[in-house]
Amino acid sequence: MAHALQMTDIVKSFDGRMALDRAEFAAEWGEVHGLLGENGAGKTSLMNVLCGLYRPDAGRMSIDGVEHRIEGPSHARALGIGMVHQHFKLVQPFTIAENVMLANPQTSWRKGIATVSEGIARLSDELGFEIDPAARIDRISVAEQQRVEIIKVLMGGARLLILDEPTSVLTDEEAARLLRTIQALARRGTCVILITHKLREVLAHADRVTVMRGGRTVATVDASSTSAPDLARMMVGDAPVDDTEPGQSGPVRLQISDLTARRDDGVSTVRGLSLTVCSGQIYGLAGVGGNGQTELAEVLMGVRAPEVGRIGLDGSDITALHPKRRRALGVRNVPADRSAYGLAQELSVGDNYASTRLGSGAFGTMAWVSRRTIGARANAALEDFEIQGATVDTSVRLLSGGNAQKLVLARELHGEPAVIVAHSPTHGLDVRACAAVHDHLRAARDAGAAVLLISEDLDEVLNLSDVVGVINRGAIVGELARPADRHRVGELMLGHA
Amino acid sequence: MVEFIVNWVAFTPVFAVPLMLASIGLIINERAGVMNLGAEGIMLVGAFAGVVVYIESGNILALGTLGAIAAGLVVSALFAFMVVTMRLNQVVAGIAIVFFASGLTGLIGNPWTERAVEGFTKVDMGVLSTIPVLGKIVFSQDLMVYASVPIVYFVWRFLHRSIPGMKLRAVGENPQAADAAGVSIDLMRFGAVVTGGALVGLAGGYLALAASKIWVEDMTHGRGWIAVALVIFARWRPGRAVLGALLFGGIEALIPRIQAVGLAVPQYLLLMMPYLVTLAVLTYVGLVSRTGSGAPGALGLPYVREDRR
Repeated sequence: MAHALQMTDIVKSFDGRMALDRAEFAAEWGEVHGLLGENGAGKTSLMNVLCGLYRPDAGRMSIDGVEHRIEGPSHARALGIGMVHQHFKLVQPFTIAENVMLANPQTSWRKGIATVSEGIARLSDELGFEIDPAARIDRISVAEQQRVEIIKVLMGGARLLILDEPTSVLTDEEAARLLRTIQALARRGTCVILITHKLREVLAHADRVTVMRGGRTVATVDASSTSAPDLARMMVGDAPVDDTEPGQSGPVRLQISDLTARRDDGVSTVRGLSLTVCSGQIYGLAGVGGNGQTELAEVLMGVRAPEVGRIGLDGSDITALHPKRRRALGVRNVPADRSAYGLAQELSVGDNYASTRLGSGAFGTMAWVSRRTIGARANAALEDFEIQGATVDTSVRLLSGGNAQKLVLARELHGEPAVIVAHSPTHGLDVRACAAVHDHLRAARDAGAAVLLISEDLDEVLNLSDVVGVINRGAIVGELARPADRHRVGELMLGHA
Repeated sequence: MVEFIVNWVAFTPVFAVPLMLASIGLIINERAGVMNLGAEGIMLVGAFAGVVVYIESGNILALGTLGAIAAGLVVSALFAFMVVTMRLNQVVAGIAIVFFASGLTGLIGNPWTERAVEGFTKVDMGVLSTIPVLGKIVFSQDLMVYASVPIVYFVWRFLHRSIPGMKLRAVGENPQAADAAGVSIDLMRFGAVVTGGALVGLAGGYLALAASKIWVEDMTHGRGWIAVALVIFARWRPGRAVLGALLFGGIEALIPRIQAVGLAVPQYLLLMMPYLVTLAVLTYVGLVSRTGSGAPGALGLPYVREDRR
């Protein structure tokens, strides 16, 4: 019998780099099919081909045994293929109903809004979502936006639903709920393709798993007949090791007291937060996204002024200092948004590496920057931090997420950092890059730095931290020493105390 | 004094309508994500074509107006080809259009220079036009002033209460989302640029045929740039653009009034006023709009589908 979906020998290259190299994929109706692989393995590219966003250089594709050449997104949609992208394709200033209507053409405005709103209400009832069709996208949470995306796609009549890293933006609780919804959808006959690099998710919620590596398909296996180590081996070739030696903490380096800060819209999101991080310690700040983490990180970076409160570094007050002065004192940042705060996308690896220390005289004078010194130092950093596939002159835009993050670390960890503020340092990275980032942070800690790790990935916080603090509604609601109890942390994160 | 004010208000629409039409046209452009700095040039070509067609057709106003619209279409189609099809930098292409238009009309414009035209005339509404105050302000304007009301309404309705208009705005806010929803970005942007350009051309034609009633080289005098600023002031909303255009039209209408009553105000100071007010207004907008300018999310950014980030 023909497969519900079959993709054969799909090839796609970008600027000479093979993103897909004769990839294969097949899925059936009524199953949750996990598509597993490291970053850059080609999972998303393959699915972008399926949903008509990329046109493959070669390859064939059939649905229920009938061969199709997908001409574009609307053609894919007509074939019942719907994709929820990792970066949501939602128009921010539009309402939910308008966004749904945009993707599902209606004949007239007034009737369209009514029809669509009714459809949204019906579907969200079925799926157990609570959605107000008249709410604007920029006013709702990420988890809600994701639900809108799913509803949008389903209302377009999708029988083949592709979800790209759907849980990466969700809390544990929200993720569990989403995965249950997905399973319910599959029971109704939908074919759900779940792109992810979280092994646990796939093992617990998928029926079958396809593993990709380097643009090729490694294997397709039944989820029930495989194990996490097996899958991990298929993904990376070797199982990642997790070193968990605790740090030796010294005197207090970073001291934040009674900090309050506002978000751009004027709402106070950091409310009287106090914490201390010692030398040789990783302080993990766990919490549901949107509880003030972003503003806290920005205040520490020096790009957002706090309303009240004090930030102390080795006993001296740095609250009002310019980012440049903070940097000189050893405050380093690994920002969550690499492309906005971490790196200049169009500049080269070398320029990005040198950018924060140009004023220090390390690379020549103000009037004469030595490209040779930059090249030599950056090259050494590329080697130290194992940044592969890039030279000093490569444009940062072309780096994969993992390599870009390693470059940020190489720059930020240079010298003797006093305080490192790492915000979601492994977001969107693959297993191996994650491990590398963690190793570098541990090494910095062992060298005496105070590391503040702000992360929404609970596993990361629990694995890495010497002390776990839980942030909820802008304040620390609890601190737990290593080894922290997972359930207790979860309770604190989700509690409304 | 009353007469001064009545005259001033009655004269305002003639100056306000070109700015209004131009900024409404630009709003259509920019809502689709295309920053059209060529407005000054498109207006200029519209003004030129309006006068030329009007004179050569034997003073047929409808043809002159259509000529201005057609010229706006042609020049903005050229602009659209550059920025939508070829994906050139929109700022550079827009400025190139301004210089191109100024050079072209200067080069071939001589035979039509400084020939006064009758152009748009006031509509005589009989008894209505003789009502004191209101008659002069509301019932003695020319056709285009009246026509601009439904034009603005239609554009607002299209952008905010129609499905193609919603798609257009989606293209300007988030082309990735619009593309994934099956909207053709290039087609939509091309259409928006050309349609908006036609309105900008019409604005130029009206300026020549109603306000100045003559073609002079570079006669738009920065009104296209003021329209660009007005769009920012209006936060990309047609209704607010009307208010802004009335404000600027009022200031422009004030200049000849003040001169007419013989007030001793330095001439150059008067002529500078619209630009001073532009600066003031933009500064004001910058100071008040702390919650974002309301600009379309993808304004000025060419869209390339297979852009990998």
